Amino acid sequence: MKNILTVILMTFSGLVMAAGSGFPLDKAPVDLEDKESLKRGAVAFADNCLSCHAADYMRYNRIGTDLGMTDVEVSDQLISTRGADGEKTKPGQLMKIAMNNDYSKVAFGTKIPGLTVIARSRGADWLYTYLRTFYIDESRPMGVNNMVFADVGMPHVLWEKQGLQKAVFTTETGTDGNEHHKFEKMEMVQAGSMSTEEYDAFVGDLVNYLVYMAEPVQVERKSLGVKVVIFLMFFAVIAYLLKKEYWKDIH
Amino acid sequence: MFKSLMTWVDDRFPATKMWNEHLAEYYAPKNFNFWYFFGSLALLVLVIQIVSGIFLTMHYNPDGAMAFASVEYIMRDVPYGWLIRYIHSTGATAFFVVVYLHMFRGLMYGSFKKPRELVWLFGMFIYLALMAEAFMGYLLPWGQMSYWGAQVIISLFGALPIIGDPLTLWIRGDYVVSGATLNRFFALHVIALPLVIVGLVVAHIIALHEVGSNNPEGVEIKKHKDENGIPLDGIPFHPYYSVKDIVGVVVFLIFFSLVLFFAPEGGGYLLEHANFVPSDPLKTPEHIAPVWYFTPFYAILRAVPDKLMGVIAMGMAIVVLFLLPWIDQCKVKSIRYRGTSFKILLALFVVSFFVLGWLGMMPATPTLTLMAQIFSVIYFGFFVALYFTSKNEKTKPVPERITK
Repeated sequence: MKNILTVILMTFSGLVMAAGSGFPLDKAPVDLEDKESLKRGAVAFADNCLSCHAADYMRYNRIGTDLGMTDVEVSDQLISTRGADGEKTKPGQLMKIAMNNDYSKVAFGTKIPGLTVIARSRGADWLYTYLRTFYIDESRPMGVNNMVFADVGMPHVLWEKQGLQKAVFTTETGTDGNEHHKFEKMEMVQAGSMSTEEYDAFVGDLVNYLVYMAEPVQVERKSLGVKVVIFLMFFAVIAYLLKKEYWKDIH
Repeated sequence: MFKSLMTWVDDRFPATKMWNEHLAEYYAPKNFNFWYFFGSLALLVLVIQIVSGIFLTMHYNPDGAMAFASVEYIMRDVPYGWLIRYIHSTGATAFFVVVYLHMFRGLMYGSFKKPRELVWLFGMFIYLALMAEAFMGYLLPWGQMSYWGAQVIISLFGALPIIGDPLTLWIRGDYVVSGATLNRFFALHVIALPLVIVGLVVAHIIALHEVGSNNPEGVEIKKHKDENGIPLDGIPFHPYYSVKDIVGVVVFLIFFSLVLFFAPEGGGYLLEHANFVPSDPLKTPEHIAPVWYFTPFYAILRAVPDKLMGVIAMGMAIVVLFLLPWIDQCKVKSIRYRGTSFKILLALFVVSFFVLGWLGMMPATPTLTLMAQIFSVIYFGFFVALYFTSKNEKTKPVPERITK
């Protein structure tokens, strides 16, 4: 019964998956125990993302507490905004930005999404692939397009690091007789300041940070969970023995 | 000291009397099996939801501009807020899991049959109220799936002739789902429906204790009593079933904790990915699906091409469950002594429920819609076939007493 159901589910979930965007996602190197990677990611996030994208629900000093940074380090390495009064944003404040929706609609044609929980809506693998698959497309306003987010409004902000690449497509005739463009490979047109490996590692750290930021409590949650489950298992044995003791005269 | 205190209380309030009637001298059949854990577990989950809900209410902000942020505030800035929120979100799923298993137990052992029709009806009303409670609670995180799920479900009422449009307007309090809708759903979710549910649970238990519990053998234990009027096959609920239910509670909590601590999103089925995007009235998500516990009915809705007929079919899928005590006319209660026809029908019903549940999560392609139509027919076919076969079912002789 169970097996039949599994087979049915597998068959049809395959069909549904094929209906999606289809570009294969690369596995993001997520490791929330790797605090050095998370710190590098936090700095990369503050330097490259946190001027157009906000992280409205996250406080700067939460990063400090979780990753072992002092308030001074947090302020020096992560904060570059000031309040309306001219005072530098304090570590206890939320990671807000100056960009507003009216401006972003004019500049980019769309609202700019906040990134606090982006890893929970998009998924780590999607983000990791997205940030690495911008390619030159002169027909787009920003001159680039993306493999997993077609006609995206965002420019390739990290192009100086990655360089600019061209997507090579091959044309195939499908079983239905129509011609399809099939992605073959990326070709670097203009080298960036990083090698491919360096850039992948850079994006890896950034995505790792985004996953952390989407749910900062993940590591604590799991470690508390282990303790709770061990306690409950122990308690289950006690409860069972108690039940057995009471029930021994019932036939 | 304690005894005189109890006497003082008992002279003014029937505390001991109630304790005895419902626990210490409530005689339950001695042969409850695995399936009899889920009633007490449903009560446990109700308490979990109420307590965690109270704490969430202290920090949640039912304002269209702030609701989404206040949930993330709970997840980050409220000490152990994440734990309370996940307890509540996991609890919603747990509630439906135990309630579905509890209802299936009733189906299997004929617990809805005479003299327990009212127990079943009260239970069905609890289930109905629970669906409303869950639906309204799902709007509160104010993410894209909250918003658009509510938009789709409320618009279903618009399919009704004449009253449809004014009715949807009245439910939403606006022309689209908006802050007005959020506020009233919040009120209904935290006050109105919990009151209704608690009241119905009390009625469910009082009705049950009036007639006594059924059991896997489907034997009435009250038929054979000793000289003191105590059923020969009954044992006092407390301490026997209270200690047994503690085992059930702990095992349940292990599974509950595994989801809560290690997979609170449930792979996107419990907390949907799209619900981590703040609600946006101008952007419809690619694929709107209700949470898993509604999907069997959603699949039935989509299986019918006409919107109004679909809504009626979906409603009937729930109404028909209310009528079960009168649809199933077999005198034998337990599946153990019922005919093969019942076993086959029940198996088909369970399969159709699971398949419809899965179909309701999937985008509606022509193949899947055809499947949904086939399995909807099987779903309703169960009740029709049961009505016609149950009267003359080839049953086995039911023992007088509980022997196993």
